[in-house]
Amino acid sequence: MRALATAVAVAIAAAGPAPGASPGQEATPSVQDTTAAAVAGRGTGGQVVSGARLDELTRRVASKLRCVICQGLSIEDSPSELAQQMKAVVREQLAAGRTPEEVERYFVRTYGEWVLLEPEPTGFNLAVYLLPVLALLAGATVVVVAVKRWTRTPDERVAADSPEA
Amino acid sequence: MSWSRAIVGALVVLPVVMLFAFGLTRDPRAMPTTLPGRTAPDFELVRMPLDGGATGSDARADTVRLSTHRGDVVVVNFWASWCLPCRTEHAALTDVARAYRDRGVRFYGVLYEDSPSNARRWLDEMGGVSYPILLDPGARTAIDYGLTGVPETVFIGPDGRVSHKQVGPVTSQILVDRIEALLPAEASS
Repeated sequence: MRALATAVAVAIAAAGPAPGASPGQEATPSVQDTTAAAVAGRGTGGQVVSGARLDELTRRVASKLRCVICQGLSIEDSPSELAQQMKAVVREQLAAGRTPEEVERYFVRTYGEWVLLEPEPTGFNLAVYLLPVLALLAGATVVVVAVKRWTRTPDERVAADSPEA
Repeated sequence: MSWSRAIVGALVVLPVVMLFAFGLTRDPRAMPTTLPGRTAPDFELVRMPLDGGATGSDARADTVRLSTHRGDVVVVNFWASWCLPCRTEHAALTDVARAYRDRGVRFYGVLYEDSPSNARRWLDEMGGVSYPILLDPGARTAIDYGLTGVPETVFIGPDGRVSHKQVGPVTSQILVDRIEALLPAEASS
């Protein structure tokens, strides 16, 4: 079901970009600030991570972020230079102590909600998650009604077709 | 019976048709941007020596920090020598930058995914440039500005907020209109 929802999300995203986050008043902390924090060895939010844990977190976050110059690829899967540079930013920010959620929020602030391969299930985005379920339910209802009709015995068919008066 | 079927069919089909109709009202090529209205992300970037020499001994003189330009109108153009549309906008950028230099408008070019030697060769071929070119290793500033390709041009007001991001080449008209809208009324009259 989740895979179906993702497929519909990708289809809707391909049809047109989702509205970006509304312009906030807060200044976006720059990548350079984060890099400085990493060099200084201090975290800004979560626990400072390194090694295999950092690789795993980087992979997890990067697979949720859209490559902005590709068609439906995450920055984890895209070989493009910009995607690899975005992935390096993800790694730097995680190494600096930001949580995966904070890193995602940075990219949403920078590129808009469109950068998320799976949009947040709120507001209009809910359609992406609910429509596949509703479509499945409608399809199942049609199939059940059709099968019932096709498997009626001749007597039932006559009774159903004959006028009640 | 047929009426109820028609109503059920319409109830199923109409929302889908409306969803597709909504999609048709949007430009699939339009790139979303969250920058306008926000404080421009600060950067500190090294100037590219235009004569091919190494950066000078005074590292401070060779770097540009955006936050030191608070109070000025700043135009930041992301470009590369391999970018074909950058050729079409280069003359406009150079001319308008020269025309507005005395009115406190700062122009900066930020080199994106390119080598300084290629950039210098390209600038020589294009007849030079009238504003500093900055180097952005790892495209960190480009990502801070939500870059999706080149050229892109960001207009920053005296309050430090981004007023507009132009995706694709700019023209003289676009540059002048956007700059005039940011300059104080008395200065632009």
